Amino acid sequence: MTTTTHLEALEAEAAHIMRETAGEFDRPVLLFSGGKDSIVMLHVAAKAFAPAPVPFPLLHVDTGHNFPEVIEFRDRVTAGLRLEVASVQDYIDRGALPDVPERNGLQTTPLLDAIEAGGHDAVFGGGRRDEEKARAKERVFSLRDEFGGWDPRRQRPELWNLYNGRHNPGEHVRVFPLSNWTELDVWQYIAAEDIALPSIYYAHERAVFDRRGMWLCPGAWGGHGERLVRRTVRYRTVGDMSCTGAVESAARTPGEVIEEIAASRITERGATRADDRLAEAAMEDRKREGYF
Amino acid sequence: MSTLLRLATAGSVDDGKSTLVGRLLHDSKSVMSDQLEKIASPSDLALLTDGLRAEREQGITIDVAYRYFATPRRRFVLADTPGHVQYTRNMVTGASTAELVVLVVDARRGVTEQTRRHAAVAGLLRVPSLVLAVNKMDLVGWSEEVFAAIADDLDYPGEVTAIPISALTGDNVVTPSEHMDWYAGPTVLEFLETAETGEDLTALPARLPVQYVIKTRGRRAYAGQLTGGILHVGERVVVQPGGRTTTVAGIDVLGEPVTMAWAPQSIAVRLADDLDVSRGALISPAATAPGTTRELRATVCHLHEKALTVGEKVLVKHTTRTVHAVVEHIGTGGPLGVNDIGDVVVRTAADLAVDDYAESRITGACLLIDPGDGATRSAGMISVG
Ligand SMILES: Nc1nc2c(ncn2[C@@H]2O[C@H](COP(=O)(O)OP(=O)(O)O)[C@@H](O)[C@H]2O)c(=O)[nH]1
Ligand SMILES: [Mg+2]
Repeated sequence: MTTTTHLEALEAEAAHIMRETAGEFDRPVLLFSGGKDSIVMLHVAAKAFAPAPVPFPLLHVDTGHNFPEVIEFRDRVTAGLRLEVASVQDYIDRGALPDVPERNGLQTTPLLDAIEAGGHDAVFGGGRRDEEKARAKERVFSLRDEFGGWDPRRQRPELWNLYNGRHNPGEHVRVFPLSNWTELDVWQYIAAEDIALPSIYYAHERAVFDRRGMWLCPGAWGGHGERLVRRTVRYRTVGDMSCTGAVESAARTPGEVIEEIAASRITERGATRADDRLAEAAMEDRKREGYF
Repeated sequence: MSTLLRLATAGSVDDGKSTLVGRLLHDSKSVMSDQLEKIASPSDLALLTDGLRAEREQGITIDVAYRYFATPRRRFVLADTPGHVQYTRNMVTGASTAELVVLVVDARRGVTEQTRRHAAVAGLLRVPSLVLAVNKMDLVGWSEEVFAAIADDLDYPGEVTAIPISALTGDNVVTPSEHMDWYAGPTVLEFLETAETGEDLTALPARLPVQYVIKTRGRRAYAGQLTGGILHVGERVVVQPGGRTTTVAGIDVLGEPVTMAWAPQSIAVRLADDLDVSRGALISPAATAPGTTRELRATVCHLHEKALTVGEKVLVKHTTRTVHAVVEHIGTGGPLGVNDIGDVVVRTAADLAVDDYAESRITGACLLIDPGDGATRSAGMISVG
């Protein structure tokens, strides 16, 4: 009777990490992309501080190439919450960032500026260690230097559930409450808690083009003059439209998605992220520069 | 039986830890095809966990990698740890939460000083169960004598199971070996799927370290994760430090009201009396509360290049409480260098309510932190009485 399921244990651990952060830091902020991991993070946060409101604001780094369904979803679920938006498009418009077609790598500067401007000393990210092998190496409390950089060789030992959040002025800590969750855990939790997601996570018809073996939808990053085909697809991750691919899928409910990924032989990033396919150490390099 | 097992690898560098992990993931079909593309031959299996650029360049493991895999019988959180002496702190990180350690030994070299050091650290951290994986059996002619001699050569305070394997060829990792018919025991995966860890948190006395005070409409609820035991509404509890007693008026499990809660649930409790309770307080049943102390005795693993010296000021982080302290005594007398283990006494500026580490791996654990730069200096396992 006094047992705890695998999902309950993960949820309790995530809540513990969030409460530690709220207790130890002055100005935490939660990175909210409108993707499933950040939605789950927000859901756990709401439960961890209930019946009081979530005691920190949200921050969205808007690349300007977001799926409209995701922005619409973001605005709906964050109504009544404090949401800060860092806009990559603003940087491009004033010439502070180059207007390159793939914008994922452009997020770092607006992110670091927003962290500094908000005086944020802790930044929650939805990163999971099962996503990618540089992430598999990162601590739950990950100290970043003054420039937001991650130095994998200087990580603090992190023992038991004792998270050391001490940092010098100007430094901040990235906090990953979902470190120990897998993609399957996230979906099982979404099903168990009946959490709403942007519609593009479920199967729908869409005109797409083939880019290095991935289905992308057309936009400033390509697809014009290329052969467009209609496919029944869904998204396993939701990032910048320029580099997030869709997978062919008929899964229309969380239950069907769970069946699909349990049988899948390919990781979510391998299936859907052009940015990680570029190089063996792409994620490690971006993290060193201050990326999520 | 638990549905989740947390385990860590250990052992000297090059004895085959990362290859074993790669083999486990590969043969249990937990590796996705996009990751598999990078594995051209079995000798590349370590690349599945050696995820940093420097690790791939040098062919060694520098930091812990966490991997997740599942079989129909169990879910696993696996920490693949480095073997180099200089990275022992990363091995300690991986082993601190493990319920089982897989200690890998190269059959040609046998138990080395570093193997013994890791076994000692795992024992000190009270990892309940240890698998001694005698690896590279292919290089010693699959010899029963070699295996038996190594299996006899290790002392461990917990349960030990020795298994002869070859991580490179996969013998006895997931698939039973065809080369060692003299061995009738389980494969590594079979053992992991069925291992009893004997850790039942709910059997411990209840402990709720307060993390955060949730305030709504003049009401205060004390949020925390139960580190042990079961807590009931109506139960007499004591709040430490201070020692005031009161009654549990209500419990929420992440927003849902309940009449009882148990470890490791994250909960919030309301108390019948209006006491001064803040982050760092400990709520326990009045009948089974721990004692408090300002003379903390602990066995520490020192994890930092800067040595720990008598007379030095540190911060002690114990559950959700951090207090100033001074190192009063070190067993060996001298300073503790990086990776040294020693008994220390620290005098704290305020009371700490502590359990013996043998009782609880959470309320019996602490960190020593540098008050200057915030670095984690030592990991401490507390002794009481
Ligand atoms: N012949 C043989 N070589 C092995 C075996 N297991 C590992 N190796 C090799 O030993 C070397 C070190 O392995 P690695 O997994 O990196 O060791 P670690 O430092 O303990 O993680 C690599 O060259 C492996 O291919 C084995 O069972 N038999
Ligand atoms: Mg290794």
